[in-house]
Amino acid sequence: MSTALILGATSDIALALAAELARAGHDLLLAARDPARLEEDAQDLRVRFGRKVAITPAFDAEALDSHAAWIEALPALPDLAALVFGHLGDEEKALGDPAERARIANVNYTGAVAVADELAVRMAARGSGTLVGISSVAGDRGRGSNLHYGSAKAGFTAFLSGLRNRFRASGVKVVTVKPGFVATRMTEGMDLPARLTATPEKVARDIVRAIPQRDVVYTPWFWRCIMLVIRLVPEPVFKRLKL
Amino acid sequence: MSSPSPSPDRHSISGWGNRPRVEARVRRPRTRQEVAALVEAGFRGIARGLGRAYGDAAVAEEVMDLTRLRRFIAFDEETGCLEAEAGVTLADLLETFVPRGWLPPVVPGTKFVTLGGAVAADIHGKNHHRDGSLGHHLDWIELVRADGATVRCSPEENPDLFHATCGGMGLTGIITRLALRLRRIPSAFIRMDTRKAANLTEIMAAFETADAATYSVAWIDCLAGGPALGRSILMTGEHAEPDELPARRRADPFRIPGRPRLNVPLFLPGWALNHAAMKAFNEIYYRRPLRARSYRDLDRFFFPLDSIGNWNRIYGRRGFIQYQFVLPRDRCADALPRILERIQASGRASFLAVLKLFGPAHPDRPPSLGFPREGYTLALDFPWDDRTERLTPELDALVLEAGGRIYLAKDACMAPATFATMYPQATDVRAQLPDGGPARFASHQSGRLELTP
Repeated sequence: MSTALILGATSDIALALAAELARAGHDLLLAARDPARLEEDAQDLRVRFGRKVAITPAFDAEALDSHAAWIEALPALPDLAALVFGHLGDEEKALGDPAERARIANVNYTGAVAVADELAVRMAARGSGTLVGISSVAGDRGRGSNLHYGSAKAGFTAFLSGLRNRFRASGVKVVTVKPGFVATRMTEGMDLPARLTATPEKVARDIVRAIPQRDVVYTPWFWRCIMLVIRLVPEPVFKRLKL
Repeated sequence: MSSPSPSPDRHSISGWGNRPRVEARVRRPRTRQEVAALVEAGFRGIARGLGRAYGDAAVAEEVMDLTRLRRFIAFDEETGCLEAEAGVTLADLLETFVPRGWLPPVVPGTKFVTLGGAVAADIHGKNHHRDGSLGHHLDWIELVRADGATVRCSPEENPDLFHATCGGMGLTGIITRLALRLRRIPSAFIRMDTRKAANLTEIMAAFETADAATYSVAWIDCLAGGPALGRSILMTGEHAEPDELPARRRADPFRIPGRPRLNVPLFLPGWALNHAAMKAFNEIYYRRPLRARSYRDLDRFFFPLDSIGNWNRIYGRRGFIQYQFVLPRDRCADALPRILERIQASGRASFLAVLKLFGPAHPDRPPSLGFPREGYTLALDFPWDDRTERLTPELDALVLEAGGRIYLAKDACMAPATFATMYPQATDVRAQLPDGGPARFASHQSGRLELTP
């Protein structure tokens, strides 16, 4: 039986993805900074899908030195690992606050790279595995409203691309997921355009459908077109836009 | 990364009848701990699920949307006991448990309701004459009370609170979790028998003989008058065994075939459903050739209207009401024709009218504000306008005179005095509210009916 590890499992996208993966026949390993918060959702997944759902010891993306030992302590190396954790942060605060700035970079980039590395090396040694990295359309071009978050996600996107290239021959598949606006706890209270905002369930379905066939997936699909246009705007013009 | 207490959002909300419409502050907790924290922080309003109550039962200036409280907690494959959070929808429950051969003991006319809402309205289904309302099939309910405390109640534990909470329209607290006994089914199909009844006398006789059927319900033509007054089509249903199904269904008898879902994308103009059109529709619907026996999957049998998204928009922006009442069995023969004639005289047409014979209310203790009682219940839709506004108090008076009552999950315009006479047990619910001051949990409906101070 195939086992899927979800890193950052308390988020809305993570829980929706866990449900889709269980529906597709995976047993689940759920990981989060605060595992106690996962108990009721894990139980829901068990009742709903009749699959094995286990909660791992606490996983802290920012504790870079802990990742290798944490992976070694898992019951087995998972067949699939999804990196869903992220920190949107407070951009206004980050401009003047080293701690917030570092946190955005560490959770979204440094920590994600660290754990992805450790997983990829072990999967390559085994000769099989799938890594799903949840990046963001925000990483496709730096914008004034999310410069720290966007740049960290840009780095993560580039890293996933390199990881895919590096480990392809070793049987490790890497899927980059770029969600647009999603109605989640992270975006709650933001004034998002309703027509462009997807549900976590829709995003999760897109991801699970993309895993066997795609390298990079925008979800919903139309973000590929939106981001293409945004990337094409010349920088002298782009710098004047309020985005 | 996240605040413990979700921030409020402002939204325009209404019941399924699209009126009244209110600008509300909508809280959307994800855990029962967040529910308790919101109550402790001073929440004052009503719990809300999918907003399928027709009138103003889940409408207030501040509402707690519980649709994110949607986890299953436990399921016992031996007894069928399902523990779940209150925001789990019936659609979700069916999708999860029908393939395993289980069905809720009471199934209403739409699957787009939450379990918490279903308990608060003590819903009934086409099997009421045999199995009673939803409250009879609950092991326990857990709710957050006005003081923020989480309390469990059942027929044995805190029984007064239990009977005030089933059918209590959310006034006793925020229901967060509950335990419901599902029952085994042999397939996802119903063997449906259909027959026509030429008038009210015939349909009432047909319901009497259909008493042994698991499910029974009738479509009634409210526009036919004279000797055809009350002409109806009676549908009875039994769970189908796999071996009686068509060969292509037998391999996987719990699979419900998918079908396209239609949608009403916008409000139709108010005149779209006029009297002549409805009369013509009813004539064709009644005259069409019927198959005496057919097999329908659960979706088509129980929720035919669910296949049309936003069907409530066909009545236009002014909205509509669903008028549902029940009359005591011994008063039906004389009162039902009078009510039907009064509706016809008003010139008001109802596109969808459903007649059903209820069985006795709960033998030892019905829910305090429980709607079903032994007798006939009739549900009609009226587009909202001045004529409807004049008609409903007249109908209320006729129902009241016959000793009947109005279903609170549908009610949108009953007067407080009418309510007080129809529901003398309301005192049992008031006894569960905190003493003095305005109520913690109150809706537009509870204020209008003077059920809450």
